[in-house]
Amino acid sequence: MEILGYFSNALEPTNLLLALLGVAVGTLIGALPGLSATMSLAVLVPFTFTMDPASGLVMLGAIYTGALYGGAYAAILVNTPGTPSAIATTFDGFPMAKRGDGALAVTLATLVSVFGGLTGALMLLLLAPPLARVALQFGPAEYFWLAILGLTLIAALSVGNQLKGLVAALFGLMLSMVGVATVGGDLRLTFGTNALIGGINVVAGLIGIYCIPVLFDLVRTADPHLDPPQGSHVSGFRLREAFSILGRNKVNLVRSSVVGTLIGILPGAGGSIASLITYSAAQRASKDGDSFGKGNPAGIIATESANNATVGGGFVPTLVLGIPGTPPDAIILGALLVQGIKIGPTLFTEQAEITYTFIAGLILATLFMLPVGLLIGRYAYRSIASIPKAALVPSIAFLTVVGSYSIQNNWYDVVIMLVLGVIAWLIKEVGYPTSPIALGLVLGSIAEQGFVQTFLIGRAQGDIVGRFFQNPISMFLVAIIVMGLLGPPLRSLWKARRRRGGSAGDAGRSEAPR
Amino acid sequence: MFTRRLFAGALALGATSLMLAPAFAQTSDGYPDKPINYIVVFNAGGASDLAARMQQKYFEEEIGVPAVVQYMPGGGGAQGWARLNSMEPDGYTIMGTNLPHNILQPMAADVGYQTEDIATVNFFQYTPSIVVVPNDSQFKTLDDLIAYAKENPGSLTFSGSGSNSGDQVMKERFDQVTGVTTTYIPFSGTSPATAALLGNQVQASVTYTTEGVNQGDQLRVLAVAAEERLPALPDAPTFKDLGYDLVGGAYRGVAVPNGTPEERREEVSEMVSKISENAKFKQEMEQAGFVPIDITYSEIPDFIAEQTKIYTSVAKPLGLIDK
Repeated sequence: MEILGYFSNALEPTNLLLALLGVAVGTLIGALPGLSATMSLAVLVPFTFTMDPASGLVMLGAIYTGALYGGAYAAILVNTPGTPSAIATTFDGFPMAKRGDGALAVTLATLVSVFGGLTGALMLLLLAPPLARVALQFGPAEYFWLAILGLTLIAALSVGNQLKGLVAALFGLMLSMVGVATVGGDLRLTFGTNALIGGINVVAGLIGIYCIPVLFDLVRTADPHLDPPQGSHVSGFRLREAFSILGRNKVNLVRSSVVGTLIGILPGAGGSIASLITYSAAQRASKDGDSFGKGNPAGIIATESANNATVGGGFVPTLVLGIPGTPPDAIILGALLVQGIKIGPTLFTEQAEITYTFIAGLILATLFMLPVGLLIGRYAYRSIASIPKAALVPSIAFLTVVGSYSIQNNWYDVVIMLVLGVIAWLIKEVGYPTSPIALGLVLGSIAEQGFVQTFLIGRAQGDIVGRFFQNPISMFLVAIIVMGLLGPPLRSLWKARRRRGGSAGDAGRSEAPR
Repeated sequence: MFTRRLFAGALALGATSLMLAPAFAQTSDGYPDKPINYIVVFNAGGASDLAARMQQKYFEEEIGVPAVVQYMPGGGGAQGWARLNSMEPDGYTIMGTNLPHNILQPMAADVGYQTEDIATVNFFQYTPSIVVVPNDSQFKTLDDLIAYAKENPGSLTFSGSGSNSGDQVMKERFDQVTGVTTTYIPFSGTSPATAALLGNQVQASVTYTTEGVNQGDQLRVLAVAAEERLPALPDAPTFKDLGYDLVGGAYRGVAVPNGTPEERREEVSEMVSKISENAKFKQEMEQAGFVPIDITYSEIPDFIAEQTKIYTSVAKPLGLIDK
């Protein structure tokens, strides 16, 4: 087994140290709302020029995986996702923290992040070339259907008032159209200002939509931020409890990790879409779907395993095809090219040493997340719970500004973040859910591009409709969409029939909009 | 939280001081005596970033000061370029530029800057366009492709990066020169366009030599729109070899804010030239599929005028641009 030899390369003290350091730095950056993996990688890339290529890669990979994991802290403890991939973690993470289970939620997030990360990395190690071929089967029509599948989540995210959910989603879709259209090149909805030519930056928009309303809510009441009920003083790792929850969620964990890896493989999808899709899958599969969003640990298990699984998944097209799976992958790819490393199939043969040392390093870094994460998590929970609001709110506010500025070094993004944040808060006040806005913003451009590209290709070949359905993957996605949309009404209809006269099927489904 | 933030702050400080640490050697007239801020208006990892990072490696060796690469992406680069002239005109802030972007963008819409607003002082590399197909494609040569396109007007699909882009102009020029009608499918970047090609979503792609080099055996380069063959793609014929007069691609340069004094502009141009002369730099550029060039400050006006003529004469009649 040559691969074992490469593992011993990764075990060199320098590489071990870099992996550990990378994970710790990544976790901290990821934990700070607004500061993202992409940004930290871009800042640190020049330092790797002087390193041995494999060591540089190990460090970059470790930072990346650490950052995706770190995003969970802020999501669980403050209700502000540390990175966009942790959005769906807020849904159940924060309710858990509120009722005193924050430490448990963090421990769970740590365990499943390690599991998801390992799943992704192992699939990268063992299956990269065939998986890359799967990624290529994903054409414009499939991206279109994937985005539509994601949009059906509106239903799940706006329980209680579907109409308001749809309105919010349409607003999000409109936001995704602002700026120069990728397909067609038209300027849309810019109202004559240069600020909007580049469109609404998704990350800036998400920071605004998720962090600003939380800040407003924090300053509005005098209650402490986290006020666990008396008697819920259980702190520590709560590892045993976490493992028993995991035992009950084996299927969810494995499904989310595998789906997360697969979505990571698709260039342009990434961690936020992976975690949203696995979240809804977990909710639909659960017997207890209604408790999602109220602090069901299964939600965290789905999102946190999926987003770390995208790390390994994203490296599949990056290393095999030279096509970055996610924005951080693009930076790592650039670093490889500057080092003079040739991307492509030869990476796994002629340059196998670099590639396998890197993958081994990624696996080690993922394992390091366990001690690093548990250690940081222990202090994070205690300090967040005890920190006075007067310090917490300004710090987060500061980070949202720094974070949205640093995405593109552009003040416009800060303004867009603030404006969207205020809008999100206002519409939340009048009972509209805000997550559908985020969904529309994230998925709108993917759906639009996929649709128009499929249409153009179909027209060139004289078969527009066929183009949308010809691939088995498209058919599969369409089937899931139809099942997801028709399943619940049919089921309640069936239940109503059986009960005879029991028409109050949806009563009792009232819940604060998320 | 506090300790975490402190730690992060300390890290950031450490990183900054590391970046600034290298000795500030200097030239006789004092410039440059501090790090150069090099702004890339595209995302990290793209071809513009790659070119800038290659230069960055040689800044200390050739110039004596480091360059700090910073990103200001947005609107296909337009947002960064629109902000160039409000930056410090002291020669310590330089920005990557791109032809035909700087010509086509203002032509297509009001993007906040005009072509003449961008004071490029040196074009250091040229990236020729190429026409590629997957390596298992039925099209073995450019003539196969053209024959198919002639038999099936409009049905041959090309992927490329963006609308009103250099790729699309190149596709339209290809149609003109070869007398065929094909369909252009815009994607959100060079990588997605290549992915669509490798997945057989489209039949061919207009892209750049860098992508042809990166993808290696997965792609077959049917023709290169350059004057002569590239060392990195020795087997790929040029359009001229095949009897078609088609030369084009992207030129990348370095600009300064337009308030920068003439003398300083010359100095920046010389600085870029000095790096371009480095033999190792040249070799690395060629390996990546770039053509190193050195169009210096005095030659810039004529060069931009000539390129503007080419693109206006092509883009307008083709209806790519309606203004």
